Amino acid sequence: MVDSIQATAEAPGRAVRRGPEPARPRLLRRRGRPLNRYTAAPLVLISVNLLLFITFFVWPAVTGLLYSFTSYTGVGDAPYVGLDNYQRLLNDKAFYSALTRTVTFTAGVVPLTIVLSLGTAVLLVTDYTKGKSVARIIFFLPWLISPIIAGVIWRWMFGENFGLVNFVITSLGGKEVPWQSNANLSLFVVIIAAAWGGTAFNMLLFVAALKNVPTAYYEAASLDGAGAWAKFRNITLPAIAPTTFIVVLLSVLGSMKEYALVQAINAGGPGTANNLIVQYIYTKGFQRAQIGYASAASFVLMLILMVIAIVQLVINRRKES
Amino acid sequence: MAATTAPSAVRRTTKQGMTGDLTKKFWATTIMWLMVAVYGLPVLWFLLSSFKPAGELFSYPLTFFPKHPTIKGYTQAWTSFDVAKYFVNTLIVAVSATVLTIVASAACGYALAKYNNWWVKLFALCILATTMLPGEVILAPLFLVVRDLHLYNSLSAVVVPAVITATGTFMFRQFFLTVPNDLLEAARIDGSGELSTLLRIMLPLSRPIMLTLAIFSFQWRWNDYIWPLVVLNDPGKYTLQIGVATIVGAENVNWSVLLGASVLSMIPLVALYLVFQKYVMNADINAGLKD
Repeated sequence: MVDSIQATAEAPGRAVRRGPEPARPRLLRRRGRPLNRYTAAPLVLISVNLLLFITFFVWPAVTGLLYSFTSYTGVGDAPYVGLDNYQRLLNDKAFYSALTRTVTFTAGVVPLTIVLSLGTAVLLVTDYTKGKSVARIIFFLPWLISPIIAGVIWRWMFGENFGLVNFVITSLGGKEVPWQSNANLSLFVVIIAAAWGGTAFNMLLFVAALKNVPTAYYEAASLDGAGAWAKFRNITLPAIAPTTFIVVLLSVLGSMKEYALVQAINAGGPGTANNLIVQYIYTKGFQRAQIGYASAASFVLMLILMVIAIVQLVINRRKES
Repeated sequence: MAATTAPSAVRRTTKQGMTGDLTKKFWATTIMWLMVAVYGLPVLWFLLSSFKPAGELFSYPLTFFPKHPTIKGYTQAWTSFDVAKYFVNTLIVAVSATVLTIVASAACGYALAKYNNWWVKLFALCILATTMLPGEVILAPLFLVVRDLHLYNSLSAVVVPAVITATGTFMFRQFFLTVPNDLLEAARIDGSGELSTLLRIMLPLSRPIMLTLAIFSFQWRWNDYIWPLVVLNDPGKYTLQIGVATIVGAENVNWSVLLGASVLSMIPLVALYLVFQKYVMNADINAGLKD
């Protein structure tokens, strides 16, 4: 409790938090009065989020961890099985296949999304393009479309014997491409759809970052005779690096937990070839009611996500210094 | 800003530089419109297909424009697939979640920005941590919590866990950090209570943020799929996304109905976006988080 006062005293620059009469609250505290306006007000303000945080994050995280050591099925008691779930998980071929498929998917989507969102952002910021207001709306449209509908749209485009893409290919004299029945081509369609859907939001982030690059840098570079590409590489890219970092991190985390889009395009098919990790968890936990086992898989996924985030943070730190 | 520097740069350049500028303009514009075509074509093709009668959808050779435009797919979707019911459910979820999210995020964001207690700072870290633990990752235990709270199979089960968002909270936090502390101090000297300062001075200032978050939150909830799928069991309570997904998951996909239902489900968000465009496009989302 006293810490809050020390904290404000340590930051004299932020005078507001000290209040108009800094001496009084300190005196009141010493007399053991637990709440003053600088404690009660923030407590009330964060109360809703605090309650939700405890109920929907701390509680499930803790019980999930506990259940992952049991063979709980959702009803009855939860017999303790130790590390059995984790052992079974690490020996499950389907889990590895889902994991590698998810990683492949992520490795395909993230670079494509970055290039496309940065490209569209540059086109929307530069002075050289005409008709930005319309282009902006079209580029942004995919953000409004849910993953399910986006999946339907691309399924319709890439239908094997009714899709526009195959129609164009056969009209040009090619052979029908098995977009649905070939596992790799299927994943390719999902990657295209995910990049298409993920561009808009990241583009928004890049547009904000590009607008904040000081124009003086470009003018100085122009005077030195730098070309457009040199300016982009040596001024723009370093200047927007923090945003790029966030975009990469969010895209990786987002694609690692993709589910709805795949569900709508091919439901993880053909067969189970394109089951991604969240689908694996969903199938185990909700269709087979193996809550304990699904919780173990969840924690492995969480561990992977955390490792990814930490690795990216470390790389980012090293680059900055 | 860039616009003001460009003309002077052009004026200074020689004639050759001017033509170089023109070619640059030509290529940049061409590339942009090619990209527009790539992004817009799937949606346009989808829209046009939705107006084709069922027989025409698969008849080769495919034509870009429908030969006999019809809205039968739409009427069929509306009558046979309970789209109206799904619409109402989704609207209830999206609107109530959005209102609650704004209230909770504004209050919490304000506290994170303007109070310096150690536990407030700690809580800021906790909120950030929630981005690392999204609903998909703790799906099974989260479901058990909702079930134990007796929320299973009710729309509130979709709404309540979604109210806390790191993005929303930090959007407000970043905004309130830019509001000068003098304003707050002046209000305190005038005898205004902490909460009434927030209600009467700070919240009116944050209207643009509220609108931005409103659109974001509405989009998140409108497009949600896996969480509603997990907690809703009764088809009468399905949201649009689950409804559409059941059509997709059918043994023989009824494309005519699917196209109609899909287009219908997109309309509210597109309309909302077109009205509030500037709040989305100017959003300073450098807090850089998404739900």
